[in-house]
Amino acid sequence: MEPIVLSRVSKTYHLDAVDVPALVDVDLEIRPNCFTVISGPSGSGKSTLLNMIGCIDQPDQGDVVVAGQAMRNLSDDARSDFRARHIGFIFQSFNLLPVLTVFENVEYPMLLAHVPARERKQRVETLLEAVGLADRANNLPGQLSGGQRQRVAIARALAPAPSFVLADEPTANLDSQTGASIIDLMRHMQRERQVSFVFSSHDPKVLAAADDAVMIRDGRIEKVERRTPDAEVPA
Amino acid sequence: MNPLRLALRNLLRNRRRSLTTLIAMVIGAVTILLFGGYSRNITYGLQTGYVHRSGHLQIQHKDYFLYGTGNPAAFGIAHYQHVIDVVSHDAVLAPMLRVVTPTLSLGGIAGNFAAGVSRTVIGTGVVVENQNRMVQWNDYHLPFEIRPVALSGTPDDAVVVGTGVARVLQLCKALAVANCKQPDVIQSDGPDAPADIAALAAEAKTPEQSVSSEPRIELLAANVHGAPNVASLRVFKAVNQGFKEFDDIYVGLHLAQAQRLLYGTDPPQATAVVLQLAHTRDIPAARARLEQLLATTLRDEPLAVQDFETLNPFYGQAINMFAAIFGFMALLIGAIVLFTVSNTMSMAVVERTTEIGTLRAVGLRRSGIRRLFVCEGALLGLIGAVAGVALALALAWLINHSGLTWVPPGQVDPTPLTVRVWGETRMIAGAMVGLVAVAALSAWWPARRAARMNIVDALRHV
Repeated sequence: MEPIVLSRVSKTYHLDAVDVPALVDVDLEIRPNCFTVISGPSGSGKSTLLNMIGCIDQPDQGDVVVAGQAMRNLSDDARSDFRARHIGFIFQSFNLLPVLTVFENVEYPMLLAHVPARERKQRVETLLEAVGLADRANNLPGQLSGGQRQRVAIARALAPAPSFVLADEPTANLDSQTGASIIDLMRHMQRERQVSFVFSSHDPKVLAAADDAVMIRDGRIEKVERRTPDAEVPA
Repeated sequence: MNPLRLALRNLLRNRRRSLTTLIAMVIGAVTILLFGGYSRNITYGLQTGYVHRSGHLQIQHKDYFLYGTGNPAAFGIAHYQHVIDVVSHDAVLAPMLRVVTPTLSLGGIAGNFAAGVSRTVIGTGVVVENQNRMVQWNDYHLPFEIRPVALSGTPDDAVVVGTGVARVLQLCKALAVANCKQPDVIQSDGPDAPADIAALAAEAKTPEQSVSSEPRIELLAANVHGAPNVASLRVFKAVNQGFKEFDDIYVGLHLAQAQRLLYGTDPPQATAVVLQLAHTRDIPAARARLEQLLATTLRDEPLAVQDFETLNPFYGQAINMFAAIFGFMALLIGAIVLFTVSNTMSMAVVERTTEIGTLRAVGLRRSGIRRLFVCEGALLGLIGAVAGVALALALAWLINHSGLTWVPPGQVDPTPLTVRVWGETRMIAGAMVGLVAVAALSAWWPARRAARMNIVDALRHV
């Protein structure tokens, strides 16, 4: 599996008459099959960096290469298709579709990735079993607790068998106990399925579970800690 | 996930708003369909009236339509019986025909010389038996009462006049015409009838007629040679003809009597051969075949075919007027639906901004977002159209069974007020397709806005 590579990536937001640099000349390589946490204070550029990696935002300068694919010249449709096949998202507010059942929420990204119906069903059932929500398949998100919703979101992110799962502060809206169980679940799923997880978080528990920790401040990478040696990372 | 299923679930999220939008569409659909059904009934009613009177097609002398009113006798069809025989026995036409009958129009002066009054009239000579068959035509199953024509069962010298003719000739009392006030004293400001005309009139009367108290008129017309001829005729009835202009000049008489008046001992002619078809939709085919026959078998006489719309321009004018009103109403309702659905969908887009961002992030293309909202609009339109058609059918049934009556233009007797929605497949389909299309179109702009949202901004939306 290919790493995520950012080369001299810069992004500036224009708020009224003020230019706010969110990322400045960021060079970063995120190892595949790792549990990577991007950490830093509020406004440091964590979410912007995650958006660049997730191909939902484009840099003003620099290149982003994900799963061997340079994002620079891809059309909007091509980026959408790429996200559907290669990237799973877990959001802070879960962002489940309220009109779809748990089963359908997990199934939806596979529809976009054109996974055959039988395989979709099988994968959904396996994933719901894995996150402990097999008995809630026909419930609507509104009938679940916050922790359960985030479990559904994890299952949804993993459903199309992506190369990377990106999670923007996934435990921020959960109590500490639930947050911890969610981190354990994600770590477990990451190892079991050998998927790269990239988080933005300033939760110390998330940080503690990371293979790699990327420290960011004022849009610049301060430090990259490789806590797990390359030799221990599955190829 | 089927986009329509997803659209339906999204519509059910805010039921009150969806219901309000649906009500607006249902009202629009009901208005269009009920007015359409009402105007359709008027169209069919008018058409039926004209087809009863003048058939679907008429074979006339080629110049009769433009010049014949001045001197009908000069534009007669000499061998009209041959024309009738050819047409009636034609293998192509025969299955389409109901009635083929001759008529003779004439212009003259009707006088009630006993009262010293007269007026110009247009007489129409008809074969009563055939006219009675013609008034039974009811291709559209309209709820009217079939009555025999007024000349039915009358002797050869009988006439029926318009109530306007009866009024001017001071026959209202004798004919028991309702709502026909006669002046106390008629001041004749013209000279008496010329001596020769008076003598002709006197000659036309038998001794019995001279002493009879039954209402009579003398009908003076120029015969085919241009000489005046007079017939003394018994007036059996005055019948309102619907339009005052026609009512004031109408004299209906038996064909044989009209022919005697115009042609005397010469071979009789007719000014038109009237063809009533089984179905109005057969007019183009019948007309095409008639034109073939006129160019071949019947080429000895200069004849032409006219349809009832040409012969009765009011029909086309009335239809066009209703079509214009219908179009204007449809346009207004379409605009209302457009803004209502557009507003609903715009609110939905704002409310679901984060959801749009999520769908885009997980890989749904812009076209997918557009499809999602356009589907919702179209589905809203479809539900509104189906509910509107159902309600319109129910209301039409209620109206049709309410016993309300009205007098259609050009008619005299009240007819049941009916609204024809059931069976009008094209109108129903048109209204439904139109409503769905307008609703989908209304959703397109908000859908486009949703599809063009920046994913990051949409995900940050609170």
